[in-house]
Amino acid sequence: MPDAPSNYQIGASVKRREDLRFLTGNGNYTDDINRPGQLYAYILRSTQAHAEIVSIDTKAARAMPGVVTIYTGADMAADGIGGLPCGWQIHSKDGSPMVEPSHPPIVVDRVRHVGDNVAVVIADSLAQAKDAAEAIAIDYKALPAAVSVTAAVAPGAPLVWDTAPGNQCYDWHLGDKAATEAAFAAAKTIAKVDIVNNRLIPNAMEPRAALGDFNPSSGEYTLFTTSQNPHVIRLLMGAFVLKLPEHKLRVVAPDVGGGFGSKIYHYAEEAICTWAAGKLKRPVKWTAERTESFMTDAHGRDHVTHAEMAMDGEGRFLALRVSTKANMGAYLSTFAPAVPTYLYGTLLAGVYKTPAIYVEVQAVFTNTTPVDAYRGAGRPEATFLLERLVDECARVTGIDRADIRRRNFIAADAFPYQTPVALQYDSGDYQGCLDAALAAHNYAGFPARKAESEKAGKLRGIGLSTYVEACGIAPSAVVGSLGARAGLFEVGKVRVHPTGSVTVFTGTHSHGQGHETTFAQVVADALGVGMDQVDIVHGDTANVPFGMGTYGSRSLAVGGSAIVKACDKIVAKAKKIAAHLLEAAEADIEFKDGMFKVAGTDRQKALAEISLAAYVPHNYPIDELEPGLEETAFYDPKNFTFPGGTHICEVEIDPETGVTRVTQFTAVDDVGRVINPMIVEGQVHGGLAQGIGQALLEQCVYDAAGQLLTGSMMDYCMPRADDLPLFYVGQHTTLCTHNPLGVKGCGEVGAIGSPPAVMNAVIDALKGYGVTNMDMPATPEKVWRAVQSGRKH
Amino acid sequence: MYAFTYQKPTTIAAAVAALGADADAKPVSGGQTLIPTLKQRLAAPTALVDLAKIPELAGITVAGDTLTIGAMTRHATVADSADVKRLIPALAALAEGIGDPQVRNRGTIGGSIANNDPAADYPAGCLGLGATIVTNRRELAADAFFTGMFSTALDDGELVTAVKFTKPKRAAYVKFPNPASRYAIVGVFVAETAGGIRVAVTGAGAGVFRATALEAALASKGFAAASLDGVAVSADGLNSDIHASAEYRAHLITVMAKRAVAAAG
Ligand SMILES: Cc1cc2nc3c(=O)[nH]c(=O)nc-3n(C[C@H](O)[C@H](O)[C@H](O)COP(=O)(O)OP(=O)(O)OC[C@H]3O[C@@H](n4cnc5c(N)ncnc54)[C@H](O)[C@@H]3O)c2cc1C
Repeated sequence: MPDAPSNYQIGASVKRREDLRFLTGNGNYTDDINRPGQLYAYILRSTQAHAEIVSIDTKAARAMPGVVTIYTGADMAADGIGGLPCGWQIHSKDGSPMVEPSHPPIVVDRVRHVGDNVAVVIADSLAQAKDAAEAIAIDYKALPAAVSVTAAVAPGAPLVWDTAPGNQCYDWHLGDKAATEAAFAAAKTIAKVDIVNNRLIPNAMEPRAALGDFNPSSGEYTLFTTSQNPHVIRLLMGAFVLKLPEHKLRVVAPDVGGGFGSKIYHYAEEAICTWAAGKLKRPVKWTAERTESFMTDAHGRDHVTHAEMAMDGEGRFLALRVSTKANMGAYLSTFAPAVPTYLYGTLLAGVYKTPAIYVEVQAVFTNTTPVDAYRGAGRPEATFLLERLVDECARVTGIDRADIRRRNFIAADAFPYQTPVALQYDSGDYQGCLDAALAAHNYAGFPARKAESEKAGKLRGIGLSTYVEACGIAPSAVVGSLGARAGLFEVGKVRVHPTGSVTVFTGTHSHGQGHETTFAQVVADALGVGMDQVDIVHGDTANVPFGMGTYGSRSLAVGGSAIVKACDKIVAKAKKIAAHLLEAAEADIEFKDGMFKVAGTDRQKALAEISLAAYVPHNYPIDELEPGLEETAFYDPKNFTFPGGTHICEVEIDPETGVTRVTQFTAVDDVGRVINPMIVEGQVHGGLAQGIGQALLEQCVYDAAGQLLTGSMMDYCMPRADDLPLFYVGQHTTLCTHNPLGVKGCGEVGAIGSPPAVMNAVIDALKGYGVTNMDMPATPEKVWRAVQSGRKH
Repeated sequence: MYAFTYQKPTTIAAAVAALGADADAKPVSGGQTLIPTLKQRLAAPTALVDLAKIPELAGITVAGDTLTIGAMTRHATVADSADVKRLIPALAALAEGIGDPQVRNRGTIGGSIANNDPAADYPAGCLGLGATIVTNRRELAADAFFTGMFSTALDDGELVTAVKFTKPKRAAYVKFPNPASRYAIVGVFVAETAGGIRVAVTGAGAGVFRATALEAALASKGFAAASLDGVAVSADGLNSDIHASAEYRAHLITVMAKRAVAAAG
């Protein structure tokens, strides 16, 4: 859709139409839904990180008021309920498949992390269910726990799974090892970093919830759930766990209050509530409390990495080698194995033309909550590693940090660019993004600002991050060959009603992204109708034909493209109808600004006139065309999309307390064509908040025994508005070459690009104290200690 | 939450009687600590006696240089009070820095000091200003009232009814907030009062305490930040947790004290 006329919606900051209902309390979230005769489930969770369950005694609890039943893992097993499936299979270097332990919704005889499901109490009220849960007697035999990746791979570490020696899930690699080693042997200079990518807890505003319902007369099950992808849940839960056919299982993800990845996965509570509703013939609801969210929502990141860059005498990158240990937690969550492999190893070229790359990733089981994709998923880990390493390259060579990047950028005219780690980038202009960001930030003015800070006894630092990431993971055939057990296409269905208004069904899901607005803008332009004539429907398997959902910034690039394809079909059919109505040849009909016109004449028909003819086919080419005006498209992309950009962070540090304040932050991103600038800016702001949060504030902490020490907002530090500066957010656009909108995706760029910019700035500020590396988060005490030990030297 | 009965008396006497009638009854003021505790099933009082409708516990009065703040006075009320801002601006600023607007609109001074959270702000204000805690039975000096982690000199069934403050010559409170909870990792209240210079520290130890080394330095070398240069506080007995080690807290005490002295002017 190249030349958009000026009156088009694309490119306009249309206010988010969904916000009125959200801001006035009229949203309809899973926990807002109540069904007649509803029961409440309370999940009794493990207090132990690792233990045998010697016995569970539910007798006293069953006799308590209001208790309908109590189920344990044995009850589910007796019903033939399967384990929660993993959606991606990785193979190790030696060709063997990853170790894939079973993941029953309720454990049978052994708990493997604090928060593991031990029993479910179902009662007339939640309070009664909780009372009864306290009366369940569990006899645990504690086992030693393997908690951190480093501890879990140490010789003699306790085994999370007897089937996984050394706690190894897989040992994967990518790239040309021999070429990489050869380049290292010939290198002039080598830069090395040890990097920890800190473990994060997602904390969507709305906690997870599930409401299962069963209709005995139709035999149909309905699950209302807080999901980013209801069709995927229907497929996974129906086919693998409960063994229900799709036509008897409806999954509804109504309004969902944020996900950030944590609501992609199929969770045990969904299966438990649906299964229990069928057994009890009554609706069963479960809603997480915040502490349960901390304990049981899939966590993010948690990598430990050593990386080295070989350079020639001019700071040109010759080869990169990377060795990473990635924490999987106690079970494999839906997407987990793909994150440190195909969303991480494949991104290690970054924006640089490094000719040889070799990466090894060891995935490790631990007695912790499962770890899976979290806003950025693999790409933040790759970007953090690379951009920290590039700064280290600048330090050891003495080359300016912007210059060394320029020297190594993939040039703007080098696209399509084949990296040595499988991906082929279609478009980008890294140099252009960097230049635009440096100018917007007033990079040249930094020394003067630093001098001002120093006068006030403060340390000032500036950091860069030049990144590329990969969105809209595809095509299906390729991801299938890499181990995905699903396709990654998307579905759009466009229904033009008789009088010309339009309902659009999308297989993606909006949980804060503003699809109801952005997609309506796209459709309004594609069909030449007003925004008020278009509604977007998502989140219900009973309405939407199919869909893979929303994650990996895929919604517009893949889902929007499917909608455009469906709109194209509508236009094609409408042209045929118009040709009939206007008594012209189909080839002479042109479609412009919502009008179907006979070229070179003033004879034309509006879409509404055509749709009326399609549904009231009195004067209609009925021999050639079916009546009606409704089209569906399944769109399987040809490639990923590759957003990129430059982030610049400036910090001021109080050396007396170690407090770091972000004073300025500039983000110039290339997200492809921008449909709604305000929404893009909002997405970038949110991502930056999460990225700065990771760099300065957020850290999931387990003690050595596997107890979660950051199990509430009192101890887990979420970023707040006053932790953040005013952002400068700009665009430097190149279009995606292979989707019809030219869009790339904007949902994750903020969280991907920003953490290294912040840490590079912190390390820059502290360089006078001999600091060359620091793990995230740069907490006040950590920074203060760095200043102290720098002073002592 | 476990089941409990609920009453809302209108006099102190009735509240005390209700508490006396049931050993497992508890008073509730703003509920900002007690209600979350109940929701997490960490406490199981049989009865809650709500102090919110007792007129004797509400409001701020001034008599000369003495400010009396009723136990049920909300943090937001103290923060906004012209009388508090005029007589002891440091106290208004302290109240303004507690929690968030919702917490300040519900939480009370009586509840805060009766609870005596080791990271709470008011205990530092009371101890730093040498306040007098008024109960339904007696008046206690702040030095005698705060007795350790979540513990006070209050007897069972005894209620805080008010806190009396005397205008100091100058005072300031500087808090180093826990980045997650925004309670104090270290909060230091300094005051030059008729009875001498007082430095009260919250967040760092098992309960609020006076930093006597800092008080002595300020008394001998004068009320100036420079007087605290090189005066180190021992880390012995201070809290250590995932947010801050005892050593870091000890360091912050001196830094916050210097900043408070400078702010007090
Ligand atoms: C999100 C959040 C953030 C917070 N941040 C801070 C902060 O930064 N700094 C800070 O200092 N505090 C903070 N607080 C605590 C809050 O400010 C209240 O001061 C505190 O919760 C107690 O006051 P309350 O009136 O709510 O007491 P309640 O919760 O009603 O009672 C607390 C305890 O005191 C007892 N009690 C109450 N009133 C009396 C009385 N008159 N006499 C005897 N006993 C009584 C109750 O029985 C109970 O045991 C925060 C609280 C929350 C929820």
